[in-house]
Amino acid sequence: MIATAYSLGAVAVFVTSAILIIVGALGVIVVKNPVHAAMSLIMTLFGVAVAFVAQSADFLAAVQIIVYAGAIVVLFLFVIMFLGVDRREGVRVEPLVGQRPLAATGVGIVVIGLVALMARSHWVTGAMSVSTKGAPLATGSGNVSQLGTAVFTTYLYAFEATAALLVIAVVGAIVLARREHSLDEESA
Amino acid sequence: MNVPAAWYLVLAAVLFGVGAYGLLTRRSALIMFMCLELMLNAVNLTFVTFSRTLSDIAGQVTVFFVMVVAAAEVTVGLGIVVAIFRRRSTTSVDELSEMKG
Repeated sequence: MIATAYSLGAVAVFVTSAILIIVGALGVIVVKNPVHAAMSLIMTLFGVAVAFVAQSADFLAAVQIIVYAGAIVVLFLFVIMFLGVDRREGVRVEPLVGQRPLAATGVGIVVIGLVALMARSHWVTGAMSVSTKGAPLATGSGNVSQLGTAVFTTYLYAFEATAALLVIAVVGAIVLARREHSLDEESA
Repeated sequence: MNVPAAWYLVLAAVLFGVGAYGLLTRRSALIMFMCLELMLNAVNLTFVTFSRTLSDIAGQVTVFFVMVVAAAEVTVGLGIVVAIFRRRSTTSVDELSEMKG
C-alpha cells in the first residue's frame, strides 16, 4: 500500500487519530494513578471521534465527545475522587505468576487473527447488507438526517427500548449507591 | 480519496488488543471499566468503518445503540463499585473472593 495514492489530508487525519488512540490506550493500561488513566481515556475517545469525522459519521463524533468524554469520564472521575482510590494500586506487583505473558500471548493471537481475517478473506468486506433500502450513505454531515430517519423508523422499537434501559440504569444506580441505614438515622 | 478501510480496521484491532490486555492484567475495578470502554470504542470504530465501506447507515445506528448501552453499563457498574467500596474499602478485584468455590 503506497500512502501517496491517497490524499495527504486523509492520511494526516488517520495518523493523527491513530497516535491519539494508541498513546491514550497505552496510557490507560500503564499509568498508576486512576485520574491519569481517565485523562488518557479522554485522549483515546477524542482520537476515535477524529476517526468518526474522517469517515463521515459526524453525529456519532459529536455524541462521542458529549456522552463519552463529557459524561462517562466525568462519572469515572467523580467515583475516583469520591472513593479516594487514587495513588494506591501498584502496577509493578504481579499477584499471579505468568499472568502478563499469558495475557500478552492471548491478546497477540486475537489481534493477529483479526488482521489475518481482514487480509485474507473477502466476505467481511463483501456485499452491501440487505438492510440498505434507501439511498447510499451521504458523505459529510449529510448523513445525520439518514441516521435520524433510520433510528426513528427501522429501529424505532430498539430506540424505545433504550429509553427503558436508561431509566432502569438510573434507578439501579440510585438503589446501589444509596446508604442502607439512612432511614434508621432519620428515625433516630 | 480517503484512506482504505483496512487501516482503520487494523487500528481498531490494535485498540481492542490493548484494551483486552489491560482488562486481563489490571487489578483495580475502575481501570478495568476504562479498559472495557477502550474495547467498546474499538468495536464502534469497526462498525463506523464498515458503515462507510458498505455505504450502509445500519452500522452507525448500531454504534448509537452501543453508546447508550455503554452509558447504562458504566452507570450501574460504578454504582456497584461504590457499593463494594463501602463494605470492603477496596476496589481491587483480587480481594473480592468470597464467592470462590
